[in-house]
Amino acid sequence: MSDHSATANFPMAVALRLIQMNDPAFDSERVSGIIAELKTKPGALLPILHAIQEVLGYVPGECVPLIATELNLSRAEVHGVISFYHYFRGTPPGRHTVYICRAEACQAMGSEALEAYAKSSLGVDYHENTRDGAITLEPVYCLGNCACSPSIMVDKKVHGRVSPKRFDDIMNLTRSAS
Amino acid sequence: MIKVFVPRDSSALGLGAEEVALAIQAEAEKRQVAIELIRNGSRGLYWLEPLVEVATPQGRIAYGPVTIADVPRLFEAGFHNGGAHPLALGLTEEIPYLKRQERLTFARVGITDPVSLDDYLAHDGYRGLKRALTMAPAAMVEEVTESGLRGRGGAAFPTGIKWRTVLNTSSAQKYIVCNADEGDSGTFSDRMIMEGDPFVLIEGMTIAGLAVGATDGFIYLRCEYPDAEVALNAAIESATAQGYLGDNILGSGKAFRLEVRLGAGAYVCGEETSLLESLEGKRGLVRFKPPLPAIEGLFGQPTVINNVISLASVPIILDKGAAFYKDYGMGRSRGTLPIQLAGNLKQPGLVERAFGVTLREILYDFGGGSQSGRPIKAVQVGGPLGAYLPESQFDTPLDYEAFTALWAVLGHGGVVAFDETVDMSKMARYGMEFCAVESCGKCTPCRIGSTRGVEIIDKIRAGEETERQVALLRDLSDTMLASSLCALGGMTPYPVLSALNHFPEDFGVTSAQ
Repeated sequence: MSDHSATANFPMAVALRLIQMNDPAFDSERVSGIIAELKTKPGALLPILHAIQEVLGYVPGECVPLIATELNLSRAEVHGVISFYHYFRGTPPGRHTVYICRAEACQAMGSEALEAYAKSSLGVDYHENTRDGAITLEPVYCLGNCACSPSIMVDKKVHGRVSPKRFDDIMNLTRSAS
Repeated sequence: MIKVFVPRDSSALGLGAEEVALAIQAEAEKRQVAIELIRNGSRGLYWLEPLVEVATPQGRIAYGPVTIADVPRLFEAGFHNGGAHPLALGLTEEIPYLKRQERLTFARVGITDPVSLDDYLAHDGYRGLKRALTMAPAAMVEEVTESGLRGRGGAAFPTGIKWRTVLNTSSAQKYIVCNADEGDSGTFSDRMIMEGDPFVLIEGMTIAGLAVGATDGFIYLRCEYPDAEVALNAAIESATAQGYLGDNILGSGKAFRLEVRLGAGAYVCGEETSLLESLEGKRGLVRFKPPLPAIEGLFGQPTVINNVISLASVPIILDKGAAFYKDYGMGRSRGTLPIQLAGNLKQPGLVERAFGVTLREILYDFGGGSQSGRPIKAVQVGGPLGAYLPESQFDTPLDYEAFTALWAVLGHGGVVAFDETVDMSKMARYGMEFCAVESCGKCTPCRIGSTRGVEIIDKIRAGEETERQVALLRDLSDTMLASSLCALGGMTPYPVLSALNHFPEDFGVTSAQ
């Protein structure tokens, strides 16, 4: 119980400042522009979050109060939506994001071995960035590429029938693509 | 000008179709062969992708799977005139896998350029809408009801009844929502339609709008399908520019506008009420029913919410009539089902057949048996919430009621095969783990039950008081089945208990338990 009360008493202003210090990508004008452009759409919150993540790579914590004010929501509601969806992230990703499919069709074709290989060859676990900042590894539950398993997606491109050798080739290409 | 077809389908691209297309273009220029390169959808013969086709006077001839290294030799063999080559597969339409299908919903997929409205019109596109525009709304709804079409997303609820409910409401604002959150593992038919023939979905939604009096539609598309988003938006743009969407559809004075919205990686948002919450910009928490979405759906207004395949089947029903569609199928399962073959199979892909084809025909006559060459031990039908079927049940016809009788589901038509190396207790554990990861958290049986389920299966797998834990797992499954708010918690026991019941040896228990 003591842990919970300590968290509850942690001042929000301090928390926000701590986030801000680590958030070089936050660009208040750009974010405000996105919100202004999309806020009149019905159900605007997801389109706004997608647009921010598309531009900045993630949704920095500072966006929360800005969005909340403009959409007339509480900060808790905005935070609740961001944290509900696996796709939205609150921390900067690497230059490329690699998603490995964990679903059944890929499992039937050896995706567990591929997951293990990817983690060891990249030296990261899921939700982590490689040390050189090139790659973030994420799990995904189905890419709709089930007839060509096992599958991965690099940023927005799917790759099928991925063997460890092919995984290495794709990673090398991905790193060299900057 | 010789027409050469290289798919733009994301699975084909994931096997190098883009590079092959570029290589063909470059090689043609080098050899001064005039070709017109068309980027079609996939035929769904995925073991042959990238599948390159050439139009000849006899029909289209297929070559595959083609790599960039094959391209120069293909030209040397005169493939652009249908020349012989080790990769030649003959006339595409004569390939048995394709020839034995009954493609109604998928009639154009792989044949046309998906984003060309002219191509769509040249292949019987928008005939359904044109007929619909001559009909009264109630007559359109009656046509869909009479066709026997049931929801292809998995729940198999009669589409026409849903439409009638919305038609009979008096609200000024109604919506058509397309559930394109195709999250089930082993399913990709929605993706193939959206990437390979987006106009058929747009036409189906437009007809739905006219039928129930809805002027606005949303396609809720999972964000894991970026290529589908591009194709849909391109198709919506040209349909709008040509008057097939907008404020005055083909001069009828009727309006229907359409927008694509992206999901954000939550499996539960494939559940219709959770999807509506998400569209409204909220956490994807499942709603209590009633009220039904048909009465109080998106933004509190009457809403038709249908799966991609349901909506994409509407144009052919309106074009050829209810009787034509109803003539396919068996029992109360009318029409065709686009079956998706995935996992450990030699010939995975898309097979559209009338209901009634058996699982064994699908797995062996089409799928060609396991890719590994080992016996197929289990098949999961209907996604991660579907039951595992053992070999003894392979003669079951694909029919909603026949599957229900086995305590299994047909779902969205995904079939995932596993060979004998699979450990079914591990798959059962995964079923519970998946539910724990994806639970929206609103109801306790799903949110907590799934985590407890993982723990119990871990104990069974470790051989700790097996008998007691198995009893506990059955008890927990009963609770989840009976008292979860939606199918996520309510159906997770299907894969778990079917694995336990059919493969007790993998759990270290005798069948008596």
